[in-house]
Amino acid sequence: MELKQIIQLVEGEVLTSGFDINRPVRGGCGADLMSDVLAYIGPGALLLTGLCSAQVVRTAQMADVAAIVFVRGKRPSLDTIALANQERIPLITSAHGMFELCGRLHQAGLHSLETPA
Amino acid sequence: MNEGPIRADRVITDGAAGLITRVEELAYELKIGEVMTSPAKTVTPDMRMSDVLALFRDAKVSGAPVMANGELVGIVSIADLIRALQENNTAAAVSEYMTMQVTTLEAGSPVIEALKLFTATRVGRLPVVDQAGHLVGIITKGDITRGVLRALEYDYQEEEVRKYRARHLFEDIVSDRTSLTLRYKIKQGDFAHGGNASSHIKRALVRLGASPQIARRCGIAIYEAEMNLIIHTTNGGAVRVEIEPHQIVMETIDDGPGIEDIDLAMTPGYSTAPDSVRELGFGAGMGLKNIQRCVDDMYLDSTVGRGTRLEMRIFLKPDEQLGDSSSPADRAGRNGGASQ
Ligand SMILES: Nc1ncnc2c1ncn2[C@@H]1O[C@H](COP(=O)(O)OP(=O)(O)O)[C@@H](O)[C@H]1O
Ligand SMILES: [Mg+2]
Repeated sequence: MELKQIIQLVEGEVLTSGFDINRPVRGGCGADLMSDVLAYIGPGALLLTGLCSAQVVRTAQMADVAAIVFVRGKRPSLDTIALANQERIPLITSAHGMFELCGRLHQAGLHSLETPA
Repeated sequence: MNEGPIRADRVITDGAAGLITRVEELAYELKIGEVMTSPAKTVTPDMRMSDVLALFRDAKVSGAPVMANGELVGIVSIADLIRALQENNTAAAVSEYMTMQVTTLEAGSPVIEALKLFTATRVGRLPVVDQAGHLVGIITKGDITRGVLRALEYDYQEEEVRKYRARHLFEDIVSDRTSLTLRYKIKQGDFAHGGNASSHIKRALVRLGASPQIARRCGIAIYEAEMNLIIHTTNGGAVRVEIEPHQIVMETIDDGPGIEDIDLAMTPGYSTAPDSVRELGFGAGMGLKNIQRCVDDMYLDSTVGRGTRLEMRIFLKPDEQLGDSSSPADRAGRNGGASQ
């Protein structure tokens, strides 16, 4: 699924600029614990999270996350947005909650890139 | 300065497409003087519009500043020329058709100023002046596009050159055993910069030719270890990475407080992290287990009151070796020779 389709599905607001909107996303993962992301996510996934510290961007970079969606209208600080721009990781915020967003994306065909424990 | 090696047939590759954010930065970094056409083709007020037509055709320009006694007095554009042609009046003087109110740009201003003016005024070109107000060139949107592309191409080539050099580092330097060591100091509690060292390490490995899988495994392991220095130590610590063609050894060292029960620390879910750390998404007690999963060998040494040392090793298979673009077979032959 392409990133632009995901932005539509989550009714997202894009917080960073200049990335390729046609970038392919291989699957999804929802997590609030960064170690969970580092341990259980495949490369090229969309990360849905309620956490919005700079560490989310660093974690995404280490785990080769394709893009981050902040759930329930959360917004990271300007420093975090600047870091994401620098590392070219798209940040999107959506007013909807985690369950709703995972449901929408899964139904639209974005499968899970979470590996079971 | 304005005639760079831009080829009309240049296509934007996927790699260059990733540099699009760079375009915005460049709009602020690049100076108008760096992208303008200089010197500008100029005309005088008493020339005829037919002369302007000849100039535009021969020099392939679509506008020119009008100069009288070294002073900028107006600008004449292709739109003015079309008016003269419609009125069948190409014998008229430039002064009859030129625009006299001319907005100018300073050569030292960032390109973004030109973009703003082009958007606000809808004009196609603007004369560029120096600080004293003397004409030094002319700028169009095309000049900006070319200037930005040139700068992007330069950036892109620079990264390619870096990768190329880094990849050949181990071949270019002859020794019985060559390694590259990276060191970083990590401050206790410095969450704002948490992960910076790991980010540099991952990038270095990619430049040295590590596969995405190897870079990812190293990145994840060292990031968990770097965060442990930030979260759990008294005085921070050090990250040290030794890179060799056949293995990567990563290490974190600190001087306290030390770990009382290493088996317990390794148990998934065990964590002494405070709630403030949990709010950042860390402190789930999974870090050491994560590290173990990512690396081939892990040693954790700790003494309470003395400190902790964590060593992580990744062994590279023959086809994953760093700093060498030759085939595995080739390499086997050469290694055999070196060990005689
Ligand atoms: N460098 C260190 N110094 C002291 N204690 C440490 C260090 N690294 C890890 N620990 C201890 O090991 C525990 C488990 O670490 P880890 O698996 O990374 O989980 P977490 O960091 O989420 O607590 C930590 O909670 C801490 O008590
Ligand atoms: Mg940890």
